[in-house]
Amino acid sequence: MTRSSETESSGTQPSDDRDGRAKRPKRDLAPDVARPADAIDGGSGDDGRGPGVQETSLGFIGWLRFGWRQLTSMRTALLLLLLVAIAAIPGSLVPQRSSDPNGVTQYFQDNPDLAPVLDWFQLFDVYSSVWFSAIYLLLFVSLIGCIIPRTKHHWQALRARPPRTPARLGRLAGYTERTVVGDPEAVVADATLILKRLGYRVERYEAKGQPSVSAERGYWRETGNLIFHTALVGILVAVGIGGGFGFAGQRVLVEGQSFVNTLQAYDSFNPGRFVDTNSLDAYRLGLEQLDVVYETENQGAIGQPTDFTAHVDVQQPGGETEDGIVKVNGPLRTNGTDVYLLGNGYAPTVEITAPDGTVVFDDSTPFLPQSAELTSVGVLKVPDGLDEQLGLICFFYPTQDELASGAFTSTYPDLVYPMLTCNVYQGDLGLDDGVPTSVYELDTSDLEQLTGGDTGVDSIELMPGESAELPNGLGTIGFVDASGGDVAATGDYSNSVKRFASFDIHRDPSQGWVLVFAILVIAGLVLSLFVPRRRVWVKAVPGEDGTVTVQYAGLARGEDPTLEGAVASLADKHAGAYEPAGPPSVE
Amino acid sequence: MNLDDYSLIAVYSAMAVYALAFIAYAFDLATRSTPAPATAERELVGAASVGRVAAKPRIEASRVDSAGLDTPASRATRPTGNRSGKFVAIGTSLTVIAWALHVTADVLRGLAAGRVPFANMYEFALTGTLMITTVYLIVVFAVRQYDLRFLGTFITGLVLVFLGVATVNFYVPISPLPPALQSVWLVIHIFVATSAVGLLALGFALSIVQLLQSHREVLLAEGKAVKLRFLASLPNAETLENLAYRLNVVGFIFWTFTLIAGAVWAERAWGRYWGWDTKEVWTFIIWVVYAGYIHARATRGWRGSRSSWLAIIGFTTVLFNFTVVNLFFKGLHAYSGL
Ligand code: HEM
Repeated sequence: MTRSSETESSGTQPSDDRDGRAKRPKRDLAPDVARPADAIDGGSGDDGRGPGVQETSLGFIGWLRFGWRQLTSMRTALLLLLLVAIAAIPGSLVPQRSSDPNGVTQYFQDNPDLAPVLDWFQLFDVYSSVWFSAIYLLLFVSLIGCIIPRTKHHWQALRARPPRTPARLGRLAGYTERTVVGDPEAVVADATLILKRLGYRVERYEAKGQPSVSAERGYWRETGNLIFHTALVGILVAVGIGGGFGFAGQRVLVEGQSFVNTLQAYDSFNPGRFVDTNSLDAYRLGLEQLDVVYETENQGAIGQPTDFTAHVDVQQPGGETEDGIVKVNGPLRTNGTDVYLLGNGYAPTVEITAPDGTVVFDDSTPFLPQSAELTSVGVLKVPDGLDEQLGLICFFYPTQDELASGAFTSTYPDLVYPMLTCNVYQGDLGLDDGVPTSVYELDTSDLEQLTGGDTGVDSIELMPGESAELPNGLGTIGFVDASGGDVAATGDYSNSVKRFASFDIHRDPSQGWVLVFAILVIAGLVLSLFVPRRRVWVKAVPGEDGTVTVQYAGLARGEDPTLEGAVASLADKHAGAYEPAGPPSVE
Repeated sequence: MNLDDYSLIAVYSAMAVYALAFIAYAFDLATRSTPAPATAERELVGAASVGRVAAKPRIEASRVDSAGLDTPASRATRPTGNRSGKFVAIGTSLTVIAWALHVTADVLRGLAAGRVPFANMYEFALTGTLMITTVYLIVVFAVRQYDLRFLGTFITGLVLVFLGVATVNFYVPISPLPPALQSVWLVIHIFVATSAVGLLALGFALSIVQLLQSHREVLLAEGKAVKLRFLASLPNAETLENLAYRLNVVGFIFWTFTLIAGAVWAERAWGRYWGWDTKEVWTFIIWVVYAGYIHARATRGWRGSRSSWLAIIGFTTVLFNFTVVNLFFKGLHAYSGL
C-alpha cells in the first residue's frame, strides 16, 4: 500500500531525480520530492553516489560535502531533535536565572558545594547556555540546509508536467481494471475531465497505441511542509533579533501615584540590546484605584481573591488623558507598550512628626505580602529631620488576630481589623555610603533597637487613624486613615489603607511576528499532514471486439491511507458511465 | 447534598462501570485466539514472505483484496477476533455507560463551581480522563476499516487508574477560579491539551501493540513458538504502526496548538509568551519528542519498532508532565490546587 512508493523508489535503478534529469520512463516513478537522501521517499538514497565515492575523488571538498550531507540528513535532524529534547530537561530540574532568580540564590545557599559546579556547566542558564545553543543552532543549520534544496525542487515540481504513465500499472496501489464498450481516446478524455474536476493536474500520454492520462495532485502537501519548516526558522529569527528591540520594566505604584515612562522612573529595567533608553514614549501612567474582590460565600475558599482590577489613567505625550483598566489576564496596551498587573499589596500611610512639630516622614510605603492573608512587612526610613537617622521595621495585618503563642497574624486578606506594628531602630542607615540599598530591607547590624525584642519597650501598635509616641521622646508616629476619616465616623475600615500595584511594562516588537510564524506553523502542519499527495493513472487498452480495458492505478507520495479507496471510486465513477462489457475481470 | 456531591457519586459510579468494562475487555483479550477469517489472510501473507509455498493461492486473493477491489461493504466488516465477539461488545457498551456517567460527573462539577471544571489537579484529571474515553469512543465508532476495540482494556484501565488516584488523593472542594486562570484561553488551552492527550494515549496503546505484534511476527517468521495468542486476531504490525501514526499525528497537531495557545495566554497573563517555566519546558519537550517521532517515520531505518519506541517515550513524557511535573516541580503553573 503506502509501501509501494518505497519499493518503487528505493530499488536498484540509478535515480537521478534530484537533478531533474529523469528521462527513462521507469524512473518516472521515483518521487521527485527533494528530501534528504535517507528520507524514506527520498528516492536518491541508494544511487551509488555515496559519500565514499566522492571523498576519494574530491579530497577536502569531498569531505566538506560529506559533512554537509551528513548534517542535512534526516537521521541527523532526528538525532538533533531528540538531543534538544534531552538537553531541555535539566532546565526544569534546576532553577533558572531567567525565570526564577531567587530560586537560584536559594540553591546556592542550600548546596554551596554543588551549585558552583552546576553553574560551571551553565545549568542555571540552560536555555542560553553554549551547549544548548550549539544543539539548536546545528539543528537549524540542518533545517535550512534541508529547506533550500527542497524549495528549489518543489518550485520545479510545481511547474513540471505529471510524469509519463508507467508501462505496467499492475503493481501499483489500488490497481483495478474495468472493461467497457467505447472508443479508447474518448475513454481517456472522459477520465481526464473527471480527474481535472477532482483537482488533479493532468497530462495525456500515448504508448504502443494505448492512450493514457497521468494525473497528480496534492502539491500543497510539500508546500505545507516547507511553510512549516520555514516558519520554524522564522520564529527563531524573530525571537533572536526581535528580542533586542524590546524592554521590560517594573514599577510599583500606590493608589493615587503616577509615573512617566522614562528610564529613571522604573524600579528596574531590562532593555534589549538595540533599545535607545532615552527615547521611550513619555506617557504618564497613574493608578487611581486597585479593586480586589475576595470570596465571601464559598465556605471552603473564603478569602481567596477572585478579582484584581487596577483602574488607571494614561496621559499621552500629546496631553490628552484616558482611563484604562489593567487586570490579571487583561493587559493594557498603550503607546506600543503592554502594561501588566503582576502584584499587589498594602501601602500603609505613616506620618512621623519631630518633637518640634515638623513632619519628617509622610508616605505610603508598599509592604511585601508574606502570606495569602496578606500579613505584610515593610521598612520605613527617616534619614533627615531628626537628631539621628531612624529606621522602622513594620508588620501590617489587614485582619489582625493573635496566635496562641502571642504572635500576631492576619486571618483574612481584606481590611476588617487592620493593625500596623513597628519596631524602631536608631543610627546610621547607611544611605550615604553610595552603596545601593533595597527599599524593602533594613540592615540593623549597626543600629540601636529602641522597641520590641529585648529592649523591654513594647512595639508600636496602631490602627488607622491612631498615633503614638516614639520612644525616647523622638516624636510621634501616626497611621493615617486613607479614607479621610471614615474610620472614626463609621468604624468601617474597608478603605482605610491604600493598596499598591506592581506593574510590568513591556515592549516586544517581535511578538506579533512570532505569532504570525506560529500560525504559519500550524497551517503548514495541517496541510502537510492531511493533504494527500498522489499520482493516478488511467490507461485505455483497446481490445479486439470494440471493447476497451481501462486500467486504474495510483501511487502514494507519503502517508496516504485513502489512496486505494480513491482509485476505486474513480474507477466506479468513470467506468460506471459506460456500458460494461462482460463481468469485471481481475488482472 | 449539593451538585458537587452528585458529581462525586457519578465519578464513583463511572469508576465502577469502567472496572466492569475493563474486566469484559480483558476477558475478550484472554479468549481471543482463533484468528478471524479476514485476518487469517493477512497472517498468510506474512507467512508467505518467509517462503511457505502452500500459502500462495491465498496470497493472490489477498493481494487483489488489498489492491482495492474489496468493496466498501467488505471493508465495513469488522473482524472481532474472538469467535463470538461477545465480551468486546459488552466491554464497549459498558464503556459507553461509564462515559455517560463520567460526562455527568464533569458537567455537574462545572455547574457546581459555576465555571469550567479545569481549575485544579482533581478537575484536570476528571476532564482529562473524560477526553481519553471520548477520543477512544469516537475513534472506535469512526474507524470502520479496523476494529480497534482491542484497545479497550488499555484505555479503561488507564482511565480507571487515573480517575481513581485523582479522586482519592487529589479531590478538593470547589473553589473559585483564581484571577490568573480567568481567561477564555484556559478553556481553549485545556480543552485542546486534553484532546491531544486522548489521541496520544490511543497512539501510545497502538504503538505498544505494534511492538508486541512485530516481535510476534519475527518469532513466527523464524518458526518459533509465540505467546500472547490474542495478537493473532489483531491487525498486523505495519497496519498497527500506520494507525498509531495517524492518531499520533493528529494528537501532535493538537499539541502544537496547545503550545501556541499556551504561549498566547502566557503573554496575556504573565507579560511574556515564553519563559522556560517548568511546565513550558515539558510542553516543549513533548512537542519535540513527537516531532522526532514523525521524522523517524520518514527516516530510513527508523520506521517500525524504533519509531514505536519514540511514540512510547512521547506519551511517557506526557504522563510525566501531568503527574510528576505538576506535583513536584516548582513553577508558575502552580495551580494544581493541592
Ligand atoms: C527545528 C527542527 C525541526 C522540526 C521541529 C521539525 C518538525 C517536523 C514535523 C512536525 C514534521 C511533520 C509535518 C510535515 O510533514 O510538515 C516534519 C516533517 C519533515 N521534516 Fe522536519 N523538522 C525539523 C527539522 C528538519 C530537518 C533539519 C530536516 C532535514 C533533514 C527535516 C526534514 C523533514 C522532512 C523530509 C519531513 C517530511 C516527513 C514526512 O514525509 O513524513 N526537518 N518535520
